[in-house]
Amino acid sequence: MYAIEMIGVNKRFGNVQANKDIHFCLELGEIHALLGENGAGKTTLMRILYGLYRPDAGEILVNGQKTQILSPKDAIQAGIGMVTQHFTLVPTLTVAENVVLGYTHSQIVSQKDIEARVKAASEKFGIHVDPSVMVKYLSVGERQRVEILKALYRNARVLIMDEPTAVLVPQEVNVLFDSLLQLVKSGLSVIFISHKLNEVMAVCNRITVLRDGQVTGIVNKCDTTQKDLAKMMVGRDTAGLARQVGHKTGTPVYEIKDLNAVNKQGLKALKGVSLSVQKGEILGIAGVSGNGQSELTQVLTGLLVPTSGTIELEGKDITHATPNEITKAGVGRTPEDRHEGMIGDLTVAENFALEDLEKYTHNGFLDQKAILKDAELKIKDFQIKASPTDHLRKLSGGNMQKVVMARALSRNPKVMIASQPTRGLDVGATEYIRKKLLEERDRGGAVLLLSEDLDEIMALSDRIAVIYEGCIRGILPASEATTEKLGMLMAGAC
Amino acid sequence: MEEFIVGFLAATLRIATPLIFGTLGELFCERAGILNLGIEGTMFFGAFVGFAAAAGTGSLLIGLLAAIISGILAGLLMSLLAVILGVNQHVSGLGITLLLTALAMFGFGIIFGHNRVLPSIASFSQIKLLGDIPILGTIFTQYGLTYVAILLIPICAWILYHTNFGLNLRSVGQNPEATDAAGINVYRLRTIALIIGGGLMAMGGAFLSLAQLGSFTFGIINGRGWVCIALIIFANWEPIRVFWGALLFGGVSSLQLRLQTTGIQLPYEAFLALPYIVTIIALSLAGRNASYPAAMLKPYKRE
Amino acid sequence: MFKYKIVRSPAPVWMRTLIPIAAILLSFIISSIFVIIAGANPFAAFYNFLIAPLSSQSSALEVLVKSTPLILTGIAVTFAFTAGYYNIGAEGQLYAGAIAAAWIGINFPQLPSEVIIPLMMVGGFVAGMLWALIPALLKVYLKIDEVVTTLLMNSIIMYFVSYLLNDYWRNPQSGYPQSPDISAAAHFVRLVPKSRLNADFIMAIVVVIIVYFLIRRTPLGLQMRASGANASGARFAGVNVPRTMLTAALVSGGIAGLAGMGEIAGIQFHLIEAISSNFGYTGIIVATLGGLHPLGVAVAALFIGLIGTGSQTVSLALGVPVYLGDIVQSTLLLVTLGMLLLQNYRIERR
Repeated sequence: MYAIEMIGVNKRFGNVQANKDIHFCLELGEIHALLGENGAGKTTLMRILYGLYRPDAGEILVNGQKTQILSPKDAIQAGIGMVTQHFTLVPTLTVAENVVLGYTHSQIVSQKDIEARVKAASEKFGIHVDPSVMVKYLSVGERQRVEILKALYRNARVLIMDEPTAVLVPQEVNVLFDSLLQLVKSGLSVIFISHKLNEVMAVCNRITVLRDGQVTGIVNKCDTTQKDLAKMMVGRDTAGLARQVGHKTGTPVYEIKDLNAVNKQGLKALKGVSLSVQKGEILGIAGVSGNGQSELTQVLTGLLVPTSGTIELEGKDITHATPNEITKAGVGRTPEDRHEGMIGDLTVAENFALEDLEKYTHNGFLDQKAILKDAELKIKDFQIKASPTDHLRKLSGGNMQKVVMARALSRNPKVMIASQPTRGLDVGATEYIRKKLLEERDRGGAVLLLSEDLDEIMALSDRIAVIYEGCIRGILPASEATTEKLGMLMAGAC
Repeated sequence: MEEFIVGFLAATLRIATPLIFGTLGELFCERAGILNLGIEGTMFFGAFVGFAAAAGTGSLLIGLLAAIISGILAGLLMSLLAVILGVNQHVSGLGITLLLTALAMFGFGIIFGHNRVLPSIASFSQIKLLGDIPILGTIFTQYGLTYVAILLIPICAWILYHTNFGLNLRSVGQNPEATDAAGINVYRLRTIALIIGGGLMAMGGAFLSLAQLGSFTFGIINGRGWVCIALIIFANWEPIRVFWGALLFGGVSSLQLRLQTTGIQLPYEAFLALPYIVTIIALSLAGRNASYPAAMLKPYKRE
Repeated sequence: MFKYKIVRSPAPVWMRTLIPIAAILLSFIISSIFVIIAGANPFAAFYNFLIAPLSSQSSALEVLVKSTPLILTGIAVTFAFTAGYYNIGAEGQLYAGAIAAAWIGINFPQLPSEVIIPLMMVGGFVAGMLWALIPALLKVYLKIDEVVTTLLMNSIIMYFVSYLLNDYWRNPQSGYPQSPDISAAAHFVRLVPKSRLNADFIMAIVVVIIVYFLIRRTPLGLQMRASGANASGARFAGVNVPRTMLTAALVSGGIAGLAGMGEIAGIQFHLIEAISSNFGYTGIIVATLGGLHPLGVAVAALFIGLIGTGSQTVSLALGVPVYLGDIVQSTLLLVTLGMLLLQNYRIERR
């Protein structure tokens, strides 16, 4: 008997078949990996198991019993708990309040009482957190522990963890794996969603691989290798992106000196960051999300004013320039989140024109013809599957990102700030974007690449800088940058 | 002088009463994440329904009950639009105010339109809570509903911080996804908040027609609903602070009334406008530190 | 029923054109309940609402008269909403414009029409702008919700108007709370003799056309639409969102001020407390019904004006309280709001 069995699950979103005829089994007391790239359907499948989505077809068996899961409440009652990348915690409530939310034992709630209960649970399961602290003061790792405690408090027998290490440093990852192994010994079964081969091989017993919504393999860890898994994930021998050596000229064109910045929460996010990018190179910035990349992107694109430090482009000081001035100076800017940085309700052409309004304004009016014509050119250049008058929100993620890149690259910028350029994109779009960045480098431009995808950084960069807790911990030439060295820098080791 | 102060304080409590009801009602809605601009209309409609029911049946309590029911219905309508359909909260709230105002005026025309004289009823009488003690006795000679309003403050604070419902409410206003993931029905929770809110708002209106005025005019609410919206921000969404805010506003209005009788030569409209001006100033000062329920104004939809 | 499901994707075109019609039908059905309560025949009521006003020239022209302030407040509200600024203060800004226009019209009897009328327009626009300034600044620089502040400003100016009319400007002859009359030169020219239709209507149409071009064809318009759709995206693209919102808020106030000026110069010729019968709030209804598109707003204003004219006929003819018209209008708003959402869904086979 399986702890969980999902049979014949289908789910479609619009034109995309996210899950097709999936058959998934979780044995009692195992850590089972659900492996696949972005968009393979792993999260969709688990959201169905947790009652957040309804499948178009298929059934779920819990401990051999056919179970209807129509909402998270049903899932919780069936003993299933889920910890996601986006924590479902309420920042203004305490840890205890968050843990007991929706699971209080009575209508009257006293702080002392719930804190005592949560402390007891914390000790029972070996997950250590202070019940009286407000969640907004906790670190990312601590918040994740609260999420796990939440699930266990509700007597979860099955724990779904969705990309849990995406927000952790290597040391915290080890703590997490130890906890999971402990919990499994006492009878918990874990589904571990990931796209990271090394982790999966480190902690899981069996692995189910998904690709484009279908199961491409179910294997025991001891019967497989990372290479085999990768093939099942991607469908071809991943030779890795062929890296051509860049033609560095050695002349720094973009210099960041001693940059300090404070983020919206009032915490110091950048501490004395100094970098310089040369013509004809891609400088990659590696680091786990939450260590200052977002703030660095915001400062460089003009959205956040640094508290001190300078940014110079070819010797010209653009530290306190507005987004407009930065663009005009010759910086290609891309937003970290394309949904926040582009406007879905406007057309493709309008999104293009927005950065360049003066060019299209004659006698106070906009030159519609010129706007459309230029948009057509960019669409052709970047192979965007859309027409200039399409509303941006209609475009797929990949095409939207192409619009983002086109807007920045078509001005032939002196330096290109590429922030999370392939996040959430499918394989085809990802390859295209990376190709474009390499082309930009080969043209002689300078590229500053910020990415949470370490593989991407290693594949594209000529030099790699590591950011940790707002500081640059080291800058290595690509030839010297191994995963171990980078991992250690990313974890703050010297 | 003593008489002035005593009279001033007594009037302050009385004037604050509908503000307390209205603001507490709006508090439940906003803590759940819904800006309910239907408050002005709900108070007006509650005042009318209360009056009409009391006039029709001769019983003030039935009037009050009818008003509360009308508030509940108003809350349900807002729920249909803002929670279930997910319509823009600003416009739907205003639409409800416009609709309820029109309905009340229409109803008044139908039922009382043929009267030559403004109809009135025997209103609630005041209750001497502390007997005839000098000073305090006079201050605490208030309508029953005023005492109810004052009691509601600690009750609402207790509900918000010491009950399961209050915990869920605070959660859904900050993070409806988290609340949903915890297995709580977001739609139902928000609807209940709107129902409670609507009932309280209507009670505020009914206080004016059934207790203070003993009659119903089209100017009976006169923008108090909007002041409640401002008061909530001023009170940082905390029930206890709602009390102080309502006293402040009530105090300024009461001061204006007292000063009129002393013959100080200032245009009386300036005084009537003063509370609103004070509120804008207070908003500018408090607004910087406002802890808006983070999920307010965003409708929640699960895929 | 179970063969179909509701999917979130743009509705087919035929359904989208059906929605306004369905909304109107549904609103009238709901309003019929109240007509019946009032003891009248629903069909007779709706004949009087929709057909009767158009059946004679004088009442058809009256429809245009009633629509004029709604066109202006509707456009004012649309202008602000487009940039993401919820201007609920059109009512107060209208009064500010009326005060300024009245003051100019009263105090310069020697000026000829060609001078004084444009002067009143400028005065009305500037006054409306100034009344919109404080809430706009509070929103842009202190992030204070403009809905609340604009509402409060409405209340404040009502008291000011009351003070003016009962004290400073009380009509010396009649003793009524109304200002002295504006000079004859300050009257808008009458377009059709024996009707109330005057050049105010022309001003409103001109404003619609100007605003249409502003929003659709100028860089400011694009920046406004960007700010209203996605402020962070607009900011990323280099749009100065605070300044854009501020501009939109002020121009919106100015247009609402023009509405007030129009009522002074075209209809009332002196200031009274009732110079606006909720035109500012009805403007919000009109803007929503018009889908925030200037031309749609003009059509919606005409429609609401039609209902407004009709509600008086209904009242007289059937003995129903005149507020029935307000019920129809607000029901129409709420039903339309609910139905607009249907544009985002379509029914598909499983």
